[in-house]
Amino acid sequence: MLVYRINRRYISMKDTTKKVYDVIVIGGGATGAGTARDCSMRGLKTLLVERFDFTAGATGRNHGLLHSGARYAVTDPESAAECIKENIILKRIARHCVEETGGLFVTLPEDDLEYQARFVEACGNAGIHTDILDPAEAVRMEPAVNKNIIGAVKVPDGSIDPFRLTVANVIAARENGADIITYHEVIGFVKEGNRVTGVKLRSQKTGEISYQYARVVISACGIWGKHVGELAGVTVNMYPAKGALLIFGHRVNNMVINRCRKPADADILVPGDTICLIGTTSTHIPYDQIDHMEVTPEEVDVLIREGVKLSPALAYTRILRAYAGVRPLVASDDDPTGRSISRGIVCLDHASRDGVEGFITITGGKLMTYRLMAQWATDLACKKLGVDRPCLTAEVPLPGSEAETDVEKGRANVIGLSTEQKAAEGRHGTLSALIPNEKEYDDALVCECEQVSVGEVKYAINNLHVHNMINLRRRTRVGMGTCQGELCACRAAGLLNRAENCASRSLHDLANFMNERWKGMYPVAWGDTMVETQFTSWLYEGVLGLDSGDGHHEELPLGPVNAMEEADEEEPQPAQF
Amino acid sequence: MEQEHNYSHNNFEECKKCTICTVYCPVTPVNPDYPGPKQAGPDGERYRLKKPYFYDEALKYCLNCKRCEVACPSNVKIGDIIMSARIKYAEGRPSLRDTMLGNTDFMGTVATAMAPIVNYTLGLKPVKKIMDATLRIDSHRQFPKYASQRFDTWYRRNAAEKQRQFKKQVAYFHGCYVNYNYPQLGKDLITVLNAAGYGVQLLEKEKCCGVAKISNRCVKEATRDAEINVASIRKAAIDGRMPVVTTSSTCTFTMRDEYPHILGIDTDDIRDSIMLATRFLYDLVDRGEVKLAFRKDYHEKIAYHVPCHMQKLGWTIYSTSLLRMIPGLEWIPLHQSCCGIAGTYGFKKENYNYSQEIGAGLFADIETKDPDLVATDCETCKWQIEMSTSKHCDNPISIIARALDIEETRRLNGVEPE
Repeated sequence: MLVYRINRRYISMKDTTKKVYDVIVIGGGATGAGTARDCSMRGLKTLLVERFDFTAGATGRNHGLLHSGARYAVTDPESAAECIKENIILKRIARHCVEETGGLFVTLPEDDLEYQARFVEACGNAGIHTDILDPAEAVRMEPAVNKNIIGAVKVPDGSIDPFRLTVANVIAARENGADIITYHEVIGFVKEGNRVTGVKLRSQKTGEISYQYARVVISACGIWGKHVGELAGVTVNMYPAKGALLIFGHRVNNMVINRCRKPADADILVPGDTICLIGTTSTHIPYDQIDHMEVTPEEVDVLIREGVKLSPALAYTRILRAYAGVRPLVASDDDPTGRSISRGIVCLDHASRDGVEGFITITGGKLMTYRLMAQWATDLACKKLGVDRPCLTAEVPLPGSEAETDVEKGRANVIGLSTEQKAAEGRHGTLSALIPNEKEYDDALVCECEQVSVGEVKYAINNLHVHNMINLRRRTRVGMGTCQGELCACRAAGLLNRAENCASRSLHDLANFMNERWKGMYPVAWGDTMVETQFTSWLYEGVLGLDSGDGHHEELPLGPVNAMEEADEEEPQPAQF
Repeated sequence: MEQEHNYSHNNFEECKKCTICTVYCPVTPVNPDYPGPKQAGPDGERYRLKKPYFYDEALKYCLNCKRCEVACPSNVKIGDIIMSARIKYAEGRPSLRDTMLGNTDFMGTVATAMAPIVNYTLGLKPVKKIMDATLRIDSHRQFPKYASQRFDTWYRRNAAEKQRQFKKQVAYFHGCYVNYNYPQLGKDLITVLNAAGYGVQLLEKEKCCGVAKISNRCVKEATRDAEINVASIRKAAIDGRMPVVTTSSTCTFTMRDEYPHILGIDTDDIRDSIMLATRFLYDLVDRGEVKLAFRKDYHEKIAYHVPCHMQKLGWTIYSTSLLRMIPGLEWIPLHQSCCGIAGTYGFKKENYNYSQEIGAGLFADIETKDPDLVATDCETCKWQIEMSTSKHCDNPISIIARALDIEETRRLNGVEPE
C-alpha cells in the first residue's frame, strides 16, 4: 500500500509527461526476450526490463539441448508434441543458434530393451520421426557412444545456444522499436485500483528508484515469477527443482546421446559449441535458495558415474566446470497440496484468476518452448489491448539467422578465413559482418580458447548491452574455454576499461569475473583443472596483484581460499556455463 | 574410477595455456599470419574436433621444429598435434613441388645418375628463375650438390668385405643426404668406428626416413617407407643384436618419435637401438670401452649449432662433449636458435623470407664469433648456414675423423693396423 500511495503522488506530479507503454515485459531470459520480440512485432510499444543481465537465470543454466521432444514422448506426450513443433520452427528461425547434430536414444545392457518399442510408438504419436538403428550402425555414426549398447534410436535432437538465442530475440525486439533496460529490478507495482499500470524499478548500480508505465505487464521471470507475482499481490505456486550439469573440455560426441529409459539423472550428453555437457540431476530445493546454488560432490559423482555409461571417454576427459539451474515447475491451480506439478507451459491471466487487471504471468515450459510461451503471453496481452495482429515469430528469422552461413554449409577451408573469423560467424550468424576487422589489432585474439577477437569484443560492447565482463562472456564466450579466463580475462577487462574509462570499476569487475569462473571450477577442482586454477591464481594474485586492491578499493577476494565469499553485491553469481 | 583424478588422456587437454610454447616458437615473431603453437595446437584442436571446417590453413607455416614441445611444462605434443592436423584436415593433395621436395630419395636416385649435369643445371640462374616461377621454389635457395656415386654403391664395391672382418658390428642408417649428396660423411663414420674397433654394416633395405614426406603431407608414401625401415632396423637390432647408428639428428628423431606419434607405427622394441653415432661413441668412451687418440697438429676453432630436432632428442651434450675431447679444438658456444630452413620448408617461395628472418640472429652470431668451422648434426642446418654465412659447416663425425690419430686409436683399441 505504501508503494501505491507514493506512486500516486509520483503520477500526479509527472502525469502530463509520463510515457505509457502498451506492454512491459519483466525478465530477460529466453521467454522474456521472446515475448518482447513478439509484442514489438505485433506493433505494441514494448519495454523489456531485467534485474541483472540477459540469460542470468535458468536460460543460462540448462543443457542447451534442442529437444526433439523424444525425451518426453512416453511420460508427457503434450510437451513432446510442443517440442517437436518448436524444434522445426527453431531450425528455421534461429539457425545460427542451433546445430542439427541429431540425437541417439541408446539402450544399455542393464536397461530394458522393451522400453524402446514403447518409446518409438510414443514418438510416432507425438509426430517425432525415429529411426531404429542397429547398435553397430549407431556406434559408427557416433563413435563416442558406449560400444556395448544393445539398442539405438535416432531422433532429430540438436543443440541450441541459449545466450545467442536470447540476445537475438532482444535485438529483434529492439529493431521493432522495443526499449530495453537491464540491471533494474522490479521492486513493486504501480496499481490503480485492482489494475496494474506500471512497475517500480530500482537501479542495481545506483540504487535510484524509477517508474515505468504500461497498460499490460507480463511477468516472464521463470522461477522468480513467484516473487514478482507476490509484489503484484497474486500467488503463483512454484516448486524449484535444481538440476546440476558438468561441462567437459571438448566435444567428445557430435550427436546428442540420451538414455532410452524413463527420464532419470545424468542421462543426456549434449555437444554444445566447443564443449559437451552431461546432465542433469533433479532435486527440489527451498524457494529461498534459488539465488544460491552450489553443485554438491554427490551430484558431481552421479553425473560422472552415469555419464561414463553413456560415453566411456568421459572418464578420461577434462572437466571444466559444474553448474546448476532451476526448473520453474508450477503447481496446478486446482491442486491445493501442490503435488500435481506441471512441466508444461503455464500462462496465467490474473484478471480472471485473481481479479488483478493488466497482469499476466508466463512460466513453466522449457527453453525449447520459449517462443510458444511468448506467443501465448502476447496473444493474451493483445486480447486485453484489443489488438488483432497475427503472430509471425515462427516465420520471420531472428537477426543473424537470415541466411545460411559458411559454418552451416561446412564449406571446408574458406580461403583467407582464420579460425576466429569462422568462430565469430558461428556465434553471430549474418551479424558477424558488423564485427570490425579492418585493422590488424581488431583481428588480435582476446580469448584464445574460444577464438574471440578484439573486433568481436568491440562489437559486443557497442551493440549487445554489455556493461561488465560477465555480460561480455554471455555474448561472446570470452572465458568459457579450457583456461576459464586465465589468459583472456585481463585482456577483456582492458578493452572494457577503454570503453567505460573507470579503472577501479574494471578491477572490481575483473575480480568478480574470476570469482564466478572459480565457482564453477571449485566442484571439479582436482587434477588438470586444479593445476589450471592454481596457475590462474598465481597470475592474477601473484603477478597482477589483483588481491591487493588498487588503493581505492577494499581487498578484492580471489582464489581458492576466499573466493567462495560473495564478491558482487550487484548480482549473485552461481556458476554458469 | 579414473575420473577421480580429472587427468585427461587427451594430450591436448593437458595444456595449461601458459603460452611458453609460443614464446619459444621461431615462426611466431617473424610471421604474424601464423597463430603460434598454442593456438594452432591444443586450442585449435578443440575447434577441429567440433568441425573440421575450423581448420586454419595458416598451420602450414609450422616448421615442425618441436621447440614448442621442448618448452612445454605439461608434456603436450604440440608439434605432433599441429602436424597431424595438417595431414588430416589440409585441403587437396600435396602439390607437385611438395611431392618433389618430399621424395628426397626418388629425386636423389635420379639426380646421382647424372650428377654433374644436375648440379650444373640447378646452379644456373635461368633455371632457378624458372623453378621459382613454375614450382615456387625460391630462386635464392642453393641446392645441395649431388654426388656422382651413391654411398651404398661405394660401400658395396669398396667397403662391405672389409667391414665383415670386425668382431663387433653396428648397423648404419645413412639417410638420403649421405647417400646422394655427401657420401664422405658415411666414409668418415666408417673410418672413426673402424678405429674404435667396430665394423659398419648397412641395413638390409633402407628407405628415406620420411621426414620430408611427412612435412609435405605425403603420408602414405612416408608410412610405406617407414614400415620398410622399421622391418630392417628390427632385423639388425633384434635379430643381429647391432645398435643402429645414424649421422643425422633429423632422421634419428623421425624414426624414434615421428613414426609412432604421426604415422602410428609402433617402434617400442627398437626405439632405444636407434641412436646418433656421436651418442654411441660417447657412451663407449665414457664406459672406458673405447679410447680415442687425437692428432697433435690438429687446431680448429669450432662453433656448434644445435639443430632443433637435436634439442628435441636432448642429445646435444653427446656431440659437444665428444668434440670437446679433441685437445686442439677451440670451443665457441653459440646462442641457441633455429636456423630457419626446417628441411624443405625454406626451399618454398612462400617461406623463404621467413626462413631467413628466423635464422638471422644465428647467422649474425656465427659471423661475430668467427669460428673456423661450424659443427652441426643436421644436414639441412648445414645447407642453411653455408648459404647464409661465410662459414663452412660439418658433421661432428667428420671433424673427429679429421682430428683422430687413426693409427694410435687403432692401437689403443686393439685393432690390427691396416
